[in-house]
Amino acid sequence: MSENVAQASRHHAYLRKLESWKPAEIGFWLVLVAVYFAFPTSLVFASQILITGIFAMSLDIILGYAGIVTLGHAAFFGIGAYTAGLMASHGYSDPFLGLLTAGLAAGVAGYLSSFLLSRGSDLTRLMITLGIGLLLFEVANSAASITGGVDGLQGVVIGKLFGVFAFDLYGKTAYLYVLVVAFLLFAFTRSMMLSPYGLALRSMRENKTRALAIGIPITACLTDIYTIAAIIAGVAGALLTQTTAFVGIDVLSFQRSADLLVMLIIGGTATMYGGFIGAAAFLLVQNSLSNINPQYWQFFLGILLIIMTLYLRGGVLGGLAKLAGFIRSRRNKERP
Amino acid sequence: MLSILGVIFDGLAYGSLLFVISVGLSITLGLMGFNNLAHGVFAMAGGYLLVTLMSKAGIGFLAALPIVFVAVALGSLVLERTLYRPLYKSTPLVQVLLSVGIIFVTTAGANFIFGSGQQPVQIPEWLTGQVSLLGLDLSRYRLFLMLVVAGITLGLIFGLERTRFGAKIRASVDNQRMAESMGIRVERVFQLTFALGSGLAGLGGALGVDVLGLDPNFAVKYLVYFLLVVVVGGPGSVLGTLLAALLLGVADVAGKYYVPEMGAFIIYAAMIILLLLFPHGLLGRRNAK
Repeated sequence: MSENVAQASRHHAYLRKLESWKPAEIGFWLVLVAVYFAFPTSLVFASQILITGIFAMSLDIILGYAGIVTLGHAAFFGIGAYTAGLMASHGYSDPFLGLLTAGLAAGVAGYLSSFLLSRGSDLTRLMITLGIGLLLFEVANSAASITGGVDGLQGVVIGKLFGVFAFDLYGKTAYLYVLVVAFLLFAFTRSMMLSPYGLALRSMRENKTRALAIGIPITACLTDIYTIAAIIAGVAGALLTQTTAFVGIDVLSFQRSADLLVMLIIGGTATMYGGFIGAAAFLLVQNSLSNINPQYWQFFLGILLIIMTLYLRGGVLGGLAKLAGFIRSRRNKERP
Repeated sequence: MLSILGVIFDGLAYGSLLFVISVGLSITLGLMGFNNLAHGVFAMAGGYLLVTLMSKAGIGFLAALPIVFVAVALGSLVLERTLYRPLYKSTPLVQVLLSVGIIFVTTAGANFIFGSGQQPVQIPEWLTGQVSLLGLDLSRYRLFLMLVVAGITLGLIFGLERTRFGAKIRASVDNQRMAESMGIRVERVFQLTFALGSGLAGLGGALGVDVLGLDPNFAVKYLVYFLLVVVVGGPGSVLGTLLAALLLGVADVAGKYYVPEMGAFIIYAAMIILLLLFPHGLLGRRNAK
């Protein structure tokens, strides 16, 4: 009996230790604040990186933590982007209202499609997510009278934040707006993933049968995590619409889903920060390499992917963790 | 009435091509459970090889086809050895990423070497034009395609059902561990099947230059179709793959002919519905991994 109590308190201590914010984490967000002052001319690009980071984080929740491989996550991003865009072009220009509605719309779509994922093998799931993504792209493409088709949705006018701060050309308001939303979403996701619920998700990823045996309702877990991820992706899409005042049809494209997967892998899955770091690395390198020649970029990315899958699992953050572990073990050897 | 038959004919020809390209993927997927999204790359390689052989080396269309088959099969063996083998036991995610990487590299490479345009192919004269059959004007080339595919299908079924190697493949698909303990070298079986399947994909790509077109985005453009055929047909089943390929071929051609404004909508909707109704494929095995 007392052994059980001791064990339980040990588990609590473990969870509490995970829960406290580490200096590196605080530093990460301070750096993002510092970007506002350090690079006032590239804030538009910086907000795009942040938005993509949020989007990648939403993929990380289902891929890194729950272990669902999806090739159609852009569907929810696109639903969010179009919802926010349509709201704004029809006169409901308040940014927060747009954000909420977009999240809601993407959430409903995520909830409904999660039922399609509860059956079949990994490959079947992969195909269903891919199919839903492509289907939505075709819908947006055919319904040109509503969405603008391949020309994109024009006439998106975004109102002032709190009725005071207008979105400026240099993206100053936009960056701070995106940063605050990103932080709130991140804090929410972080606490969710470190809660017993997050641990349940991880056990589901590691071994479904055992998770079911110890009483984790895996179908229900899958449904709500997929819905939450869809909501976050939808909000990210809405942020992109609001900060650029435009919706292009590429928000729904397969390329976006595939790129996102790559970013997350580069950054490292199930690390919370992997999405942001991967998005930053991906977009920065893409931006500089595409200026030389887009084909070089694709070739380089392909080689990188092959090398990473063969030799470097865990991405940037996984590599750093391995390096830290290596240094620690060296030190321990020196001082036994 | 005539147009319906014409559409079905075109659809069947299109479906036969899908079958030749996808059947290798189906068997290797059933055998090893490797989620290889890059299978279309072999078809693309076959297409480019054919075009190069014909224009640069001056080899005839029919003579070039076996060369393409052998070359692509040998090339795939190298890839299997270096890239695929280390990842057989990995998670689907890693396999998907590897194959996406391969797609990116080959797309960029093809773009760099051949340029981004469509590649032309010169089909021998006796295969061009139309032939009148029961009051229908049928394209000779498409008839030729269907005959080739019928031959390949018969060959495959005979090989799988009646030869020793076919029995080994079936045993390995059914129960890998049991097959191994019976003394079948599953790795070797897989290697040969992979080469054979890739060679067939190369052949399909070469045959399809005239019908499907050939540009650097080929592997991505038709990725969904190949996967679709395999998943709907049920991995590891040759007849299921054939059925699915013909069905999807007809559905896609009919959709594009009758309701062009819907675009590719029909094929994706059909895929989702079919997958929901038959999560293990039309003729798939219930216990498929």
